Amino acid sequence: MNAMISICKRELGNYFGTPVAYVFMVIFLALTGVFTFYIGGFFERGQADLRPFFIYHPWLYLFLIPALSMRLWAEERKSGSLELLLTFPAPLVSAVVGKFLAAWIFTAIALFFTFPMWITVNYLGDPDNAVIFASYVGSLLMAGAYLAVGSAISAITKNQVIAFVIAVVACFIFILAGFPVVINFFTGWAPQALVNAIASMSFLTHFNNIEKGIFDFRDIFYFASFIAFWLFVNVVVIEMKKAD
Amino acid sequence: MIDVQNLRKTFGSFVAVSDISFQLNRGEVLGFLGPNGAGKSTAMKMITGFLTPSGGKVSVNGHDVTDEPLKVKAAIGYLPEGAPAYGDMTPRSFLEFIAEIRGFSGDEKRKRVQEAAAKTHLESVFHKPIETLSKGFKRRVGLAQAILHDPEILVLDEPTDGLDPNQKHEVRALLKEMAKDKAILISTHILEEVDAVCSRAIIISQGKILFDGTPGELEAMAPERNAVSLTLEGADAGSATSKLERLATVQSVTTYKEGDDVRYHIIPKEGKSIVKDVAHLAKDENWTVDEMHVEPVRLDDVFRMVTQGGESAQEVRT
Repeated sequence: MNAMISICKRELGNYFGTPVAYVFMVIFLALTGVFTFYIGGFFERGQADLRPFFIYHPWLYLFLIPALSMRLWAEERKSGSLELLLTFPAPLVSAVVGKFLAAWIFTAIALFFTFPMWITVNYLGDPDNAVIFASYVGSLLMAGAYLAVGSAISAITKNQVIAFVIAVVACFIFILAGFPVVINFFTGWAPQALVNAIASMSFLTHFNNIEKGIFDFRDIFYFASFIAFWLFVNVVVIEMKKAD
Repeated sequence: MIDVQNLRKTFGSFVAVSDISFQLNRGEVLGFLGPNGAGKSTAMKMITGFLTPSGGKVSVNGHDVTDEPLKVKAAIGYLPEGAPAYGDMTPRSFLEFIAEIRGFSGDEKRKRVQEAAAKTHLESVFHKPIETLSKGFKRRVGLAQAILHDPEILVLDEPTDGLDPNQKHEVRALLKEMAKDKAILISTHILEEVDAVCSRAIIISQGKILFDGTPGELEAMAPERNAVSLTLEGADAGSATSKLERLATVQSVTTYKEGDDVRYHIIPKEGKSIVKDVAHLAKDENWTVDEMHVEPVRLDDVFRMVTQGGESAQEVRT
């Protein structure tokens, strides 16, 4: 537990000690603004809610989160510090969780700085703040799911670019898992049970539920178990490939 | 403290370490010698619990590294190959991180960090990012990290690589000082290091132990041991060779022309010392001796002899 906290702290320090944090924050905030006001038509809709803000989060995360997760393990592998990390008297899972938490906390901070959006909509009208709060929770959970996938993929390679590209593709598949573009690929040859399972994995479906204000325990459970599963994969990948 | 039995590691069909067994006790500094790619680092990675052995056993203080990895890792201070660290951190923040992860906090943490930094002379770069430091300082940061928790066992992969002669001297002095109450395993391909710090040496090649003994025993294996080099002024050169060869203890004499002088390389018979005989002869014959010395043992030669013997080399165990 102590080791996990130290690792998490070190990772967070790394984000803020390098330009990564600031570049990421600025771009994240600028893009959420662009999506909300221009593409989402925040003002034109004339409705006091944050739907145009949240609805683009899955697509923003698609590129921004892999950029955050790509270095998590690839960099350790490349610099050789992986060997150091794995010879500390701490179980591997504490390193995996510590790193993941650091990246997740960082995303939470970035998300936190979108609070002017929340203030604006309250100033302009009378939104359902419970729905907005639920949407924030949902968005953070979804970000965690992206991060868990990205972190596991980052453990495969020492090349950050490869980690980024594969993570983007993997996340894209999970966004659209419930949609024809992915489902058609599996129907016909895969058993129906598998197709249904894949379809139920869609980030979009689960996030849209939460973001519409339908706060279902199953959606929360989906993201939580999804994260746990990919962190487990992360541990296994490192265990298997640490010699490379 | 460390007990390694029939350790083996394969990567696919490649055998990195084929069969290594040895014990290491408190008070010993064991030098792992061997050509690059001999399996030194791989063996160390298994001892420290980074890699899982394909076969054999490693136990540290009675704890098996596969069954109780955390106990083993807590007892060992490890400097991995290339002294990796987090480049964006300063030595101070890095060492504090190491101290935290090793379970120290508060005053104890501060004290440990300061001691480790003082022992490795990091004060002048304490607040500079590690990635901007010279190779020597990076290596010392790695060393500081390994000794921070005052472990009973140190495993150091090429601790003096990249250091200048002064720094090498300091690190060796530090190792000697710590050796009293620790068991230290270092790998190196610098042979002078064996003489300088090790109480015992193991030569590994192609994943096998070819020699295990003291540095003295290693030197004893040197070919042409106690050979004498004698330089005479030209005038005396002619008859000297045959007179030297006639000495009872001399095996052979080779001559080299060096300007006006002649140098004789005199090899004694197995186990004999000839320097006195040669000196007497020179005095009796009234030779004008320019220079005379016993050839120092060249560990390099021993090393080459042991590691390049290939298949035909006898396994030497003492």
